[in-house]
Amino acid sequence: MINREMPAAKVVRIVFLGLWLVISLFPLYWILITSFKTPGAIFSYPLTYWPEVFSLENYISLFQKSSFGTYVFNSLLVATVAATVATFISMLSAYVLARFEFRSKGAVLMAFLVTQMIPAFIALGPLYLMMVQLKLVDNRFGLMLIYIAVCIPFSTIMLRGFFANIPDALEEAAMIDGCSRFGALFRVIIPVMKPGIIAAFIFNFVNCWNELFLSVTLMNKDENKTIPTALNGFISSFTIDWGSMSAAAVLTIVPTMILFAFASRYIVQGLTAGAVKG
Amino acid sequence: MSRHTTTATGRPFTRAGAPSVSPQKTTRRRSFSTRRGLVIAAFMAPAAVFVAVFTYYPMLAGSQMAFRNWNLNNLTNTDWVGLGNFQKIFADPNFYVILGNSVVWVVASIIPQFIIGFALALWLRRKFVFRGLYQALIFFPWAISGFLIGILFRWMFNGEFGVINDLLSKAGLIDAPIPWLAEPGTAMTAVIIANTWYGVTFFAIMILAALQSVPDDVYEAAALDGSGKIRTLFSITIPYISTTLALTVLLRVIWIFNFPDIIWAMTGGGPANQTHIITTWMIAITQRGDYGQASALGLIVVAILLVFSAFYLMAIREKKGARS
Repeated sequence: MINREMPAAKVVRIVFLGLWLVISLFPLYWILITSFKTPGAIFSYPLTYWPEVFSLENYISLFQKSSFGTYVFNSLLVATVAATVATFISMLSAYVLARFEFRSKGAVLMAFLVTQMIPAFIALGPLYLMMVQLKLVDNRFGLMLIYIAVCIPFSTIMLRGFFANIPDALEEAAMIDGCSRFGALFRVIIPVMKPGIIAAFIFNFVNCWNELFLSVTLMNKDENKTIPTALNGFISSFTIDWGSMSAAAVLTIVPTMILFAFASRYIVQGLTAGAVKG
Repeated sequence: MSRHTTTATGRPFTRAGAPSVSPQKTTRRRSFSTRRGLVIAAFMAPAAVFVAVFTYYPMLAGSQMAFRNWNLNNLTNTDWVGLGNFQKIFADPNFYVILGNSVVWVVASIIPQFIIGFALALWLRRKFVFRGLYQALIFFPWAISGFLIGILFRWMFNGEFGVINDLLSKAGLIDAPIPWLAEPGTAMTAVIIANTWYGVTFFAIMILAALQSVPDDVYEAAALDGSGKIRTLFSITIPYISTTLALTVLLRVIWIFNFPDIIWAMTGGGPANQTHIITTWMIAITQRGDYGQASALGLIVVAILLVFSAFYLMAIREKKGARS
């Protein structure tokens, strides 16, 4: 039976789980600690595992030496708009894919799944040329359009799973009471789906917030750069200023960690639902 | 039964065997089904348009560039060159180094990810105090992008002030600091360690979900038959979830093969191409403006992954067939 465990096995289990916890949190701890050290303390022996002085110097110099505030603003703007639009559009397509049977349904689902498998980098060059023609290179609106398209397939698949869990009877009742299909969706189904929709939004937001290669290809002017694009510039320079770099990394990571803490349960559900059934 | 009924199945409203309907009813049904079609079209259209225009069009355009001379620095000559780009790639000795790197990168990352992820899942199956909190904490690395993970590990593997050298020398394992990312031999090890750290959680989550799908009575029956713990694991649990495991591994192989972010941030493919995998190389070539060659490489990646997946799925099916 599962419930009987020998003492030795228990020790092994606890040691292993404890060790893995330390290993998985240490890199986060280390970047956080580094960011609060004085630049002098970062580059001196012996290394300290707890800063002698907590200093905000790295954060201040990050904002002074680079236009980090602008990058944060750009990332926030692009990720918020793209994630909102993508989540709304995916909600519509996921609803149809969960509720209706139609001939091209299998093909649509397949087309969405395939985008998750093929190396998207093959599209980098053509996307750049396309954006040149549309006069949307180095333009935040152009980046949003591409991010929306990138987000749609996975969030459609994820939301479809959530819709499938809601009984048909709910909207049928609403439609008998005189709601249109649109009305039933927005007044009855979506309020029930709120957690799933929020999870999809967070997932999309985090993906846009983190995206690197598309924005590196499309954004050149400093005033248009998102955070990852700017960091890519920092690491390409000859010497890396690890003080500002660690501060920038912390400021990039913390918002996504907070968001993920809310949504992780639903994201895990969305991820595993398809896989285990298949 | 006549062929009539069998051919008509799947279309619920026009089943041939159904009693005939009055003309009035047919028109009502038709208008219902056109409205239904309109709803489907209206709800699907935005998603379909976005994915078609910004994902499929550029991917297909990219595929045809693979057969052309397409360089941002020389746009006057965009002739069709047939397999010229592929020939250039296959003639480049770097390609074989990078192909080898890609295989090492995938295999050496996925094996420890799988083993540690499996162990975590087995141990997380049992309830304990703070299990929810524990899962949430080890899930955190997932909120971070691969690129930032690369930056974190680049700092930790720093040759002079990196914490990994410090810990290793404190443990008495090394005498002098190792310039991890500057040496060809150790750079690959370093990027693989970072990737392993990042990927364990994925396996833990997927395997835990699979384990929880095994019904309890299967275990009870095994225990009644006097099966020990290890025996139960290998002859009951693993066979039960083997299909899920096999598919999870396949998805992961495809994903890691296409995952340049960590390497990009840690080494940029250096030193001397020793940590370039095909996708990082492809991005480097794209940034130089040689879209023709980059697209050809992309098609090579797709071909490799298709062939691999086909063989892999065939092997799984054969094995399953042999067992049952």
